[in-house]
Amino acid sequence: MTALLELSNVGMTFDTPTGRFEALKGVNLKIAAGEFVSLIGHSGCGKSTVLNIVAGLLRATDGGVILERREVTEPGPERAVVFQNHSLLPWLTAFENVELAVRQVFRKQKSKKEMRDWVAYNLELVHMAHAMDKTPQEISGGMKQRVGIARALAMQPRVLLMDEPFGALDALTRAHLQDSLMAIHAQLGTTVIMITHDVDEAVLLSDRIVMMSNGPSATIGEVLPVTLPRPRDRLALADDPVYHRCRQKVLRFLYEKQNKVAALPSRPDPAPRRRQA
Amino acid sequence: MATMTLPGWLAPYLDLMRGKAGPAQQQAVLRQLVWPLLGIALFLLLWHWAAQNIQTSLGQFPGPATVWEQAQALYQEHREGRQREAAFHERQEKYIETRLALQPDWQPVRRDYTGAPTFFDQVGTSLITVMSGFLLASALAIPLGIVVGLSAGVHAAVNPLIQIFKPVSPLAWLPLVTMVVSAVYTSSDPWLAKSFLTSMFTVTLCCLWPTLLNTAVGVTSVSSDLTNVSRVLRLNAFEHVRRIVLPSALPMMFTGLRLSLGIAWMVLIAAEMLAQNPGLGKFVWDEFQNGSSQSLGRIMVAVLVIGLIGFLLDRLMLALQRFLVWDKSAAQR
Repeated sequence: MTALLELSNVGMTFDTPTGRFEALKGVNLKIAAGEFVSLIGHSGCGKSTVLNIVAGLLRATDGGVILERREVTEPGPERAVVFQNHSLLPWLTAFENVELAVRQVFRKQKSKKEMRDWVAYNLELVHMAHAMDKTPQEISGGMKQRVGIARALAMQPRVLLMDEPFGALDALTRAHLQDSLMAIHAQLGTTVIMITHDVDEAVLLSDRIVMMSNGPSATIGEVLPVTLPRPRDRLALADDPVYHRCRQKVLRFLYEKQNKVAALPSRPDPAPRRRQA
Repeated sequence: MATMTLPGWLAPYLDLMRGKAGPAQQQAVLRQLVWPLLGIALFLLLWHWAAQNIQTSLGQFPGPATVWEQAQALYQEHREGRQREAAFHERQEKYIETRLALQPDWQPVRRDYTGAPTFFDQVGTSLITVMSGFLLASALAIPLGIVVGLSAGVHAAVNPLIQIFKPVSPLAWLPLVTMVVSAVYTSSDPWLAKSFLTSMFTVTLCCLWPTLLNTAVGVTSVSSDLTNVSRVLRLNAFEHVRRIVLPSALPMMFTGLRLSLGIAWMVLIAAEMLAQNPGLGKFVWDEFQNGSSQSLGRIMVAVLVIGLIGFLLDRLMLALQRFLVWDKSAAQR
């Protein structure tokens, strides 16, 4: 397997007022072109740090990231990011938000008309063509995230990085967006790295699930290939034994091997309550 | 096609005209019309009563009725002044015409009318001065604020100076500005009056700070998510400021601009009064020096006009803010 993207011995140490804090240690991962990989782990385990290092928004203090035989040193549109809270510019319409990215990336390759068509095409891809001229304040959270995905896709990234893209959405909207994302991934063959908290989401969408151990010095605990055939249908999967086995494995990793919830402290005797006068 | 939108506060009256008179409309009319009018009426009564009980060396303190009389008198004087001016120009033209008829090679000399400025002329002068000073201050403060907000180093370098100069009263600046303007601006045929420049620069020096500080704060508080978007897109510094920083900072910037304009107006009156520069401040001072039985009434007219103009200037900025700023909730009041 030739890797499109390689994380090689990535480590991250932060200098904090209380001393050095090693967030990540020895993260090694190879991702092939077209692969859909999810990163799952408890909050604070450094998933976002890994993603930000791949994006170039953070520089690893150890090791490095190589994309197509080039080291990643700064952010760039070939590693487009879908941010957790959409991060659309609130003063621009959906169309203008995507257009800003398109203009920046394709200024020299495409004509004005081609760029406009490309913006419209990407908005159609996420089913947002009807609300192109709305500003982020005028559309729902799910729609904002769709526009955020359109903006990232419109950059034609080599790797699409998604930082808990559906975390803030209700379950129904999330299911819709997951289906859209699967369809887009099938159509475009984009390489995707997605952070998630949601075990079902990880199993449904991924080719591989990367499970991270708890910090400090977090690293990759296990990698689970999801061999379910595509296209996947969430209803059919409900009775699929493979699906359940994958789910079980991730849950076991998260809640048996990396259980973060310490036993509750024994409750001190309540002070005698003063009687209300 | 754009639909015509009426201001929201008109809605309850339209509803009433359409025969819809529910509790919501009643509430709105009470809040917008009845209570404010009641407040004003009560104030006028109190003022009237208090005025009767205050005797000054210039006679009784003016009550609402006296002030209203003086307002009408000032308007009358303004009209008479305009008539005199028109008559002067007419006389001059007639004279030139007749003299040219007798003496065709004569070069006519036209003189400006030199009558005393009326109250309304003074208002106009003040408005021009305050807007010039405010615009100059904004032109300086906004770019500087952006630089201060973008660079922690510049911020650290400039902050102590801002903190020291911010609380300085206009009256302290005025002598310095006057002397500097006299020394530096020595044209024999000045395009702008020195008194105008003195007032303007004093206004600028005093109203610079809120815009500067608020712009800087607005720029510093650009959300890190949007900065990340800019980094992923590899926007260059100029594009980053234009596309991300400026729109983000605009609501804060307008808060600063509104504060600045308010300060500019307050400072201007004081500066005109002390420096004897033309404008409303000079009008007040002249009336005070004049010391006739009408003076206090006329000063009170000026006080009310000053307040009203200050209020209108603020509303103007608010309208501009609503028009320009994407975040409508930032421009509610």
